[in-house]
Amino acid sequence: MTTAAPALPRRRASALAWQRMARSPNLLVGLLILAIVVGAALFAGFLAPYNPIDQAFADQLRPPSWAHPFGTDEFGRDIFSRVLYGARIALTVGVISDGISLVTGVVLGIVAGYFGGAADSAVMRTVDVMLAFPYLLLAMIVVAILGPSLTNAMIAIGIVYTPQFARLVRGAVLAIREQEFVEAAAALGAASVRVLARHVLPNVLSPIIVMATLTVGFTIVETAGLSFLGLGAAPPTPEWGSMLATGRSYMLTAPWIATFPGLAILVTVVGFNLVGDGLRDLLDPRLRGRGF
Amino acid sequence: MLRYIARRLAQLIPVLLGVSVLVFLGMHLVPGDVAQLLLGEKGSEADLARIRHQLGLDRPLYVQYGRFLAGAVRGDFGASIRTRQPVIWEIGQALPLTLELSFAALLFAVVVGLAVGVVAARRPHGPVDTTAMVGVLVGVSMPVFWTGILLLLVFGGVLGWLPLGGMVDEGMMFRRITGLPLLDGLLTGNLALVESNLRHLVLPAVALGATSMATIARMSRSTMLEVLGLDYVRTARAKGVAEPRVVRSHALRNALLPIVTLIGLQLGLLLSGAVLTETIFALPGLGRLAITSVLARDYPVVQGVVLIAAMIFVLANLAVDVLYAYLDPRIRYQ
Repeated sequence: MTTAAPALPRRRASALAWQRMARSPNLLVGLLILAIVVGAALFAGFLAPYNPIDQAFADQLRPPSWAHPFGTDEFGRDIFSRVLYGARIALTVGVISDGISLVTGVVLGIVAGYFGGAADSAVMRTVDVMLAFPYLLLAMIVVAILGPSLTNAMIAIGIVYTPQFARLVRGAVLAIREQEFVEAAAALGAASVRVLARHVLPNVLSPIIVMATLTVGFTIVETAGLSFLGLGAAPPTPEWGSMLATGRSYMLTAPWIATFPGLAILVTVVGFNLVGDGLRDLLDPRLRGRGF
Repeated sequence: MLRYIARRLAQLIPVLLGVSVLVFLGMHLVPGDVAQLLLGEKGSEADLARIRHQLGLDRPLYVQYGRFLAGAVRGDFGASIRTRQPVIWEIGQALPLTLELSFAALLFAVVVGLAVGVVAARRPHGPVDTTAMVGVLVGVSMPVFWTGILLLLVFGGVLGWLPLGGMVDEGMMFRRITGLPLLDGLLTGNLALVESNLRHLVLPAVALGATSMATIARMSRSTMLEVLGLDYVRTARAKGVAEPRVVRSHALRNALLPIVTLIGLQLGLLLSGAVLTETIFALPGLGRLAITSVLARDYPVVQGVVLIAAMIFVLANLAVDVLYAYLDPRIRYQ
């Protein structure tokens, strides 16, 4: 990034990127999985055979069948439909909480890394303190303050993952800050905001993209965990974590209630992990082979 | 080495002070009045004022924080709103179970994770490696609460091999010395207790340690691959050293260093996972105490539990750093 490489024609560069992507089976499988999950979320209205919250007491606790591929729960609700609609919630949760930690963490990391001094000390000491809490306990405090709900669980998980982004970005910015092209831009009189936006941020994007992709999966799991504990989505919302919590009570008599939402979480997180690892290989060749 | 430990301990003080400020302010931001919670619906205004005065809630915030900190240093976090017992007593009852569970989970994660990683690295991209890495991917991606439910369903419900919950068989009494059933059983020679506790510990420990096991397996595979390709390993092989010995004595010892750091990072994961695992397996540990207290708005207990958990996490990380410095002397001199 530091020396000016001869620019490749745009078409050739994109062809190269596609070639490299095609050579990464992890990335391709991950993208395929995510395409299915996103498809399920987008077209849940068309694909779901039943309304996810409609109760049918005549159909309580039915095992998987042609009429109900994933069975029904204790209120006779179709689990397949609830899992499909749950994809919508899971992806929204993942993207929003990841977005909260990404934006906050990147701003804090850039401020700490670029300006240094008191700003750096203040940000990094706060980060140290936040990292001293086990994740879920910190999230539980935030939910206790804001009140249990899915929105607040998303905010809590967003806050919990912020320090990791801040730390990563700060490190990357510290390395870039001393580069000649950044010093040159500042010497030419460019305002700090312009230097940060035009010169620093584009050069630290790769690790941020990789981390953001990997973290989406974790934020989905953590938010589902909060819902499982009764601190997130409330019934009858078709959220995978709260569906698992209900399924736990019927584990021995109707195991399908807990099996399918759990499987949905697993598949989605596997998708994000594969894409994250694939992107890391693609964007940072030094780390190639560290993943799966 | 002592100087290194002293320096690291000194660095912990501001972090722990920061944690205490965050916990204290966090609990102050929670909507609702502690005095009202203590009195319930019956209290008059005069009673509320009296309780607030008794608890020091009518004093300025910094005075309240000072009192909270002074209490916390002595282990006095006040009384539980729910049970009226001292918070420290409640924590004392719950903590040993969580420690036992976390140690068991960590042991499982390290032993199985290392074994899987080393075996996978012996023949990279072979069938064993591929199977292991798919397993690792699933392990890293599985939510701990679903792993727990599945283990209960299969080994507790369908096969009936292991108990469905609790820490020892129902009705089993034992003399409490350390609070750790396993240790107490060994100390008192109560082998029935040891056996019962071990049977109850298997499923929650595997559920809690599964993610860490997968992470450790992944890391040990990649570090072993790196180390097995180095010149000194080639030299050892060229000298005719047997392969198991090359792996055990030459490669594994050097591959262990990054894994030690990883174990430190897993501790936070284990303490977080304990909340979920203890809920699923009905274990009266620190995690379950935390969630019960949050749901019951029992804030003195939440404050105490979070502070103690953060302290354990920070101290455990310090222990790992010290171990790392012991294993790699270069770190001490940085």
